[in-house]
Amino acid sequence: MIGNSLRWELNAFTGFIERQKNLYRRYWAWEAVWLLYNLVSVLSIGYLASGLSTLGLEPGHSNLQQAQLYLLVGALLWTYLSMVFFEIAFAITWERWEGTIEYTFMAPIRRLTHLLGMCAASLIYGIARAALIGLALVFLFNLDLSHANYWAALAIFAAATLPLLGLGIFTSILPLLSPEKGEQMAFAVQGVLLLISGVYYPITVLPGPLHLAGILSPLTYTLDGVREALLHGLSLTGALPDVGILLVMGIVLVPASVWCFGRAEERAKRLGLLKRSG
Amino acid sequence: MAIRVSDLNAAAVEIESISKRFGQVGRMRQLMPWRKPKTPKLALDRVSLHVDTGRITGILGANGSGKSTLIRILATLLTPDAGRACVFGYDVVTQAADVRRHINRVSVEASFFKEMSPWENMLYAARLYGGGGDGTRSRVEAMLERLGLPLDTLDKPMKQLSRGQQQKVAIARSFLTSPSLLLMDEPTTGLDPRSKREVQDLVTSIRRDRAATVLLCTHDLQEAEVLCDRVVVIDHGRVLAEGTPADLIRIHAGPDGGSLEDAFMRLTGKRLEEDEEEKEE
Repeated sequence: MIGNSLRWELNAFTGFIERQKNLYRRYWAWEAVWLLYNLVSVLSIGYLASGLSTLGLEPGHSNLQQAQLYLLVGALLWTYLSMVFFEIAFAITWERWEGTIEYTFMAPIRRLTHLLGMCAASLIYGIARAALIGLALVFLFNLDLSHANYWAALAIFAAATLPLLGLGIFTSILPLLSPEKGEQMAFAVQGVLLLISGVYYPITVLPGPLHLAGILSPLTYTLDGVREALLHGLSLTGALPDVGILLVMGIVLVPASVWCFGRAEERAKRLGLLKRSG
Repeated sequence: MAIRVSDLNAAAVEIESISKRFGQVGRMRQLMPWRKPKTPKLALDRVSLHVDTGRITGILGANGSGKSTLIRILATLLTPDAGRACVFGYDVVTQAADVRRHINRVSVEASFFKEMSPWENMLYAARLYGGGGDGTRSRVEAMLERLGLPLDTLDKPMKQLSRGQQQKVAIARSFLTSPSLLLMDEPTTGLDPRSKREVQDLVTSIRRDRAATVLLCTHDLQEAEVLCDRVVVIDHGRVLAEGTPADLIRIHAGPDGGSLEDAFMRLTGKRLEEDEEEKEE
């Protein structure tokens, strides 16, 4: 009985990944435009770092190379994190826009399967896109990764997945609560994360309340940890505190976000918001 | 999913005095007194209904009469404010997961990912309902062929299909999941006469070939008269009458006899077209 139920849910989980793959393929022109936009954004940050030499730092100076790597790692990670966040957060908006929201919510599957299926598709696609941009960076910039500890970076990156999913699911609740304004609110959340998480600067430069918010953001630990591993060769043991913090945040955020999503779904059913026009 | 023997003993649908009102002032709105209050609208007013297994039951009413609200409650997409609704004995609120295994829905607007092909949409649907393995493609092809859809449409984006073709794919998709209760919300609205006829023939064949129960919402009185074993007339969220089309005509169409349209006019006090005109204004 449990085996059958698990098979049923796994089949649906595969269905969501398959569906997203088909959608990415069908919207390939849009996806190409977004990839180009992301690439150009990251390159701009890279060239901004190169241009720092005009502000007094000599080209090839070790500080300048460090600064460039610092900014590029931040830009590349943010491209990945924001893309995954966007895909999860806009899952509901997208279904409403396509007109399939009722069909998906009527399906005999657990909401957890629905959400995790969407998350898995976003993660796979996000990693593929970030890898392409990363390759372009290696090709275009003379990056010094001789000190990098890739295993530690990978461990932090993997641990960051959980809290990232939690944040994404939390944000996907917004379009469920407010069909008209939820989408804009999700953009606002994304903007705040960019500000407080130390994407382009250490959070110590932020004023008090923003600094505190930065400490609570899981993206801060992801960016800090991956940077330390790539720039200064942080050991796997040294990465454990960041990995631990991220896992704890994930263990709290994922169930909490799924629970809140369930309550938001109940509210949407009560108010009649679970339809294409809201 | 097949119905269990125990389920067959229960009515396909049992609704006890359900009510639904939209636009009520919620707790969030109470905290925002500056927001303009919405005018509450009573969509369903103490509706009770019993639908036998294996029948085609028509819900007849004008736009805004509460038909779609009723269907959405049965589809577990909407929670009633009061009363209780059960599908094969399962409560639509507390046992929604069990209800969902038995139902599928065809709505007035075919809900598909428009850029994806019929095949990709149907594969997605099959996966949600425990299918999608070997043999799914051949089942889909056979179904679409039966519906008169050329097979070369199977891999084209949905947006390139006509509305009639999209609606046929929606019906084929619902069959793919073998529902015990098929909720059809105005499936022929906006279709050309030929497509409308083909969809109606298909609904008839469901009764002949499958043990499925169909709840058909329509404002097409001829369609209801031809297809339905029983008809429920609903207006302003209230059930006005129910029975076989012949019974309704006999009791409500007037002393000289007449059509289901005459019965509907006498029951509601107006023609369906008047409601359409009012809505457009």
